[in-house]
Amino acid sequence: MTIRNILVPVAALALFGVLWELLVWVNGWPNYVMASPSDLPPAYARYWELFIVMGWQTLWRTVVGLVLAIVVGVLLGMVMGFSKLMRDALYPLLVGFNAIPKATLVPIVALLFVGQHNFNTVMIAFLISFFPIAVSVSIGLSTLEPEYRDILRSLGASKTTIFWKIALPKTLPEFFGALKVAVTLAFIGTNLMEIVSPHGRGLGALFDSGKTNSDYPLMFAVLIALALMGIVLYYVVVALEKIFAGWAERSPSY
Amino acid sequence: MSENLIEIKGVRHAYQTKAGPLPVLDGLELSVPEGGFAAVVGPSGCGKSTLTRLIAGLMKPDKGEVWLHGDLVKGPKSTVGMAFQNPVLLEWRTILQNVMLPLEIVPTKMSKREQEERARKLLALVGLEGFEDKRPSELSGGMRQRASLCRSIVHKPEVLILDEPFGALDAFTREDLWQTMHKVKAEEPFTGVLITHDLRESIFLADQVVVLSGRPAKTQYVMDVHLTGQRDIEHLYTPESAEALNILRHQIQIAQGRTDAGEVA
Repeated sequence: MTIRNILVPVAALALFGVLWELLVWVNGWPNYVMASPSDLPPAYARYWELFIVMGWQTLWRTVVGLVLAIVVGVLLGMVMGFSKLMRDALYPLLVGFNAIPKATLVPIVALLFVGQHNFNTVMIAFLISFFPIAVSVSIGLSTLEPEYRDILRSLGASKTTIFWKIALPKTLPEFFGALKVAVTLAFIGTNLMEIVSPHGRGLGALFDSGKTNSDYPLMFAVLIALALMGIVLYYVVVALEKIFAGWAERSPSY
Repeated sequence: MSENLIEIKGVRHAYQTKAGPLPVLDGLELSVPEGGFAAVVGPSGCGKSTLTRLIAGLMKPDKGEVWLHGDLVKGPKSTVGMAFQNPVLLEWRTILQNVMLPLEIVPTKMSKREQEERARKLLALVGLEGFEDKRPSELSGGMRQRASLCRSIVHKPEVLILDEPFGALDAFTREDLWQTMHKVKAEEPFTGVLITHDLRESIFLADQVVVLSGRPAKTQYVMDVHLTGQRDIEHLYTPESAEALNILRHQIQIAQGRTDAGEVA
């Protein structure tokens, strides 16, 4: 089972690479139109030090932004989940904020905190990814069936006890669903800042330099590196979900 | 103070709606002696669930008094156990952990080991031996309801409140659970209030059937049931039971606003 679990996705990836290579070869596209998978190893070999340094910069800033999004998102979700007043007050604000294209926030944040490159990048990763977490936690909490609360309240349990024993664990599946979306969003946020704001850090900056130097294989190599990091982080979330909310997964025999 | 364990006197309650106050209970009386088991029947939407929330102290009546064991009910008390139509088991816990939940909240003198022993004993009593470590999602509806029943009595509550606990089960499972209830009552005596829509269930399980009128509900009729001793399903098919059911059905029709079976008011 485990061998199959690894083999199937790897085979799919290999097939994807072959099709990509074939597409470029059949059309006879030169490198400045589209790089092919066979151009990538030389690009990685040439710039591997940059990939490690900048990949790390992208990774840690994404993760910090995501952690911030989790903390703020869960707190906002709790406030909105428990209080109808706060829900009515905050929802339009949040939806409006979410509707703003985050690319427009990049120059604003960059001007607001001039020179604070790390802070700015983390900020954008956070701003782009907290919304789904806040919404899912608030929905999870506000849709808690009253009987669940009554069972504990009739025993004289405090609100805090009800939150820890019932509301929080019951919301975990929704939370992890949102976290999977937020992981990808946080990556987009980090790269947005790295590409748009010229501070020369992160894979986004490496992509930008590939663009300026017309080094198309480098640009594609960056994209693939980003995709790989995204996959790794996504599966970290999946693993955490299995540990903390594995009960929500029904065995197929029932 | 009174000799009855549950004493409800002249309770009145209304919900606030956009169209003004909606009275659901008005002039409700209910007395259950220690060890008694009262079934409350009545037309749909007549405030039966409101009654359970009042006894549990989850809400306060606008007027009137609810007494439990000589104490005026002012808020939730840990001496109450509840089970609903929806078994509301916590999916992330095993059946055993679910049953032990009240012991984590109610102060108890039992050690962890004694708590677990008690929970296992109750599960065996309702026929769930061997399912202690399963998750609720792995159990059938009837089994979940059995587990929910264990959870409602694990902390030895003075009062057990059952709000249509068998309402969503099929007829055969329901009859099985009725018999389980008798077994539980014999082993773990409790004072109970059962809300139900099923007249056969009311006379089979309870020793007192209370018929509520339509909304706003008041106590319309009280019947003492004399099916004493160990009850079998066959007891529901005796002439005495048929007569009792007939009287109750007639009372429900009155409560629904019908004067006789053929005429709808």
